[in-house]
Amino acid sequence: MKFLATVIQRDILLATRRRGDWLTAQFFFVLVVSMFPLGIGPDPAVLRMIGPGVIWVAALLATLLSMSRLYADDHRDGTLEQMMLSPYSNIVLALGKSIAHWIINGIPLLVIAPLLGIQFGLAGKVLWILMLSLAIGTPILSLLGSIGAALTLGLRGGGVLITLLILPLYVPVLIFGAGAVEGTLAGIGAEANLSLLGAFLVLSLLLAPWVSATALKISLE
Amino acid sequence: MNLYRYASPSTFYPLAGRLAPWFFALAFILAVIGLYISFFVAPTDFQQGEGYRIIFIHVPAAWMSMFIYIVMAFWSAIGLAWNTRLSFIMARALAPTGAMFTFIALWTGAFWGKPMWGAWWVWDARLTSELILFFLYVGVMALQAAIDDPRRSDRAGALLNLVGVINVPIIYFSVKWWNTLHQGSSVSLTRAPSMAHIMLWGMLIMALAAWMYAIAVAFVRARSMLLERERQASWVRELPEGKA
Amino acid sequence: MLTANNLSCERGERLLFRNLNLELNEGEALLVRGANGHGKTSLLRILCGLSAPASGEVFWCGESIRAAKETYGKEMAYVAHSNGIKEELTPLENMVLSARLCGRGLDMETAESALAQLGLARCMDLPSRVLSFGQRRRVTLAGLLTAGALLWILDEPLTGLDVSGVAMVEQMIRDHVAAGGMIIATTHHALELGDLKPKTLTVGESA
Repeated sequence: MKFLATVIQRDILLATRRRGDWLTAQFFFVLVVSMFPLGIGPDPAVLRMIGPGVIWVAALLATLLSMSRLYADDHRDGTLEQMMLSPYSNIVLALGKSIAHWIINGIPLLVIAPLLGIQFGLAGKVLWILMLSLAIGTPILSLLGSIGAALTLGLRGGGVLITLLILPLYVPVLIFGAGAVEGTLAGIGAEANLSLLGAFLVLSLLLAPWVSATALKISLE
Repeated sequence: MNLYRYASPSTFYPLAGRLAPWFFALAFILAVIGLYISFFVAPTDFQQGEGYRIIFIHVPAAWMSMFIYIVMAFWSAIGLAWNTRLSFIMARALAPTGAMFTFIALWTGAFWGKPMWGAWWVWDARLTSELILFFLYVGVMALQAAIDDPRRSDRAGALLNLVGVINVPIIYFSVKWWNTLHQGSSVSLTRAPSMAHIMLWGMLIMALAAWMYAIAVAFVRARSMLLERERQASWVRELPEGKA
Repeated sequence: MLTANNLSCERGERLLFRNLNLELNEGEALLVRGANGHGKTSLLRILCGLSAPASGEVFWCGESIRAAKETYGKEMAYVAHSNGIKEELTPLENMVLSARLCGRGLDMETAESALAQLGLARCMDLPSRVLSFGQRRRVTLAGLLTAGALLWILDEPLTGLDVSGVAMVEQMIRDHVAAGGMIIATTHHALELGDLKPKTLTVGESA
């Protein structure tokens, strides 16, 4: 438990020392979302319809953008090896890194998303559901992405490769997440989608750190 | 019979070499029979006309694309658990064939869709899942290709394969869910009205032919991978093709 | 204490070494020799548990190191080629952080005195990014001093160090072994170790 907290604190401390990188990922999210109205046209009805999907897709991409560096920096300077040799389980290490990634990169997405939602004509309850769906969904993105980051550690073109590996695995998150918001818009309600998203979160929380730890071991050998 | 004996590369190599031509021959014969049934024996569908005959390729290819992914995951799991090199090689040898069948399923799906739905592509739940399955195949192959060290490449690919196979049912479920939510197409590929027995037979025989083909190709590919990897080993040097 | 049985190691398709056995007890040092690319680093990574050998097993106090991660992680310290230092953090922060990640507390005074001992008194509060390579190496070694580990596994510890740095490392090694510690090291330099007579092991002769 203490180890988990230390890993998380460490990554947050490092992120505060490198604010430039951190801002880049958040700005990327804003920028991608803002491109869509320019490409599609300003019709409010159309924008309201595509808004949830666009914000969710941009969240996937922004997560993967920051994800490729989750282990790469620590690998380059040798701190990853030292952490792997610590007396604690590597599964806890992978879990800690994923949680830290979510705190650093996932939570800002939740905060920015409603502002972008307003640009797409979403309002009131829909915005809340958007935030809620992102709050349940983005931890899954961090957990699954961590597997990709561990598998592509130290490879040429790892950043593009991780997108190729992980995006297909994000499909259920995208469907349930965007579905929750669209369901609210359509008046069907979001409970079913959100519960499925929650179930997927529990499953990822149980399995993904274990897989990430195995992947790290494979990659470092 | 000692099954472990066949897990050793030096036993597998000649065995696979002897068996591969038989599987190729079987695949050819079954494909000829299957195609004969599908083109000449099976009756013309009263609703879909002659165009429906593409399902004799499409459905077996779609079956194969899923089976092969599961078989790959099976070999991957064995490889990771017992560290047997041959299992990784089998998983690797199957990947391109699986991707090919997925591609064929998508391609023929588009050909079928054009006359039936009036569009090359419809975001039908099955087609969409198949597309994502194709992405999963590409991901595994891309990861394996990007890693130079064969040991790491095998194991990383196997792990990704296992993650994929856990996800496939979830993805399939979510895509179906998404499809109903968005009131997708009401026509479904499998809701062919009361399939005649002979049609089912045609499809089964075609699927068997595809199986035989997949096994034969996997054997050939595994053999060449073994030769490349174990070129230092004594059993390879004793082979006639190893002496060159 | 540390024993390894029948280790063999493959890199790519190449067999680096085969049937390697070693044993090390308290108060002993082992120098691993061998030309570049013959598997010195691979051996050390196997011994510290980062890689799995193609065959064979490593034991710590009779227990496989894979099973004994908790004790082995506390009693073993590994200095790799890379320094394991975050550039964004100061040497002090680096030391405190690595101690905490290993489940040890480290008070400021101990850390400061270790850094001062290695001649880094003036740059304790600078970000490590501005330090030279040799200085960063010294931070790593300061971490080693405070780690309280019984077994040191050192991969080319002298890289980037100047004459006084080399002398310091030699002194550290002598002191550690004299106090009953164990050391496994690779180095291309001849070490001046005084009375200490290390065992030697050459890898990759047969290759």
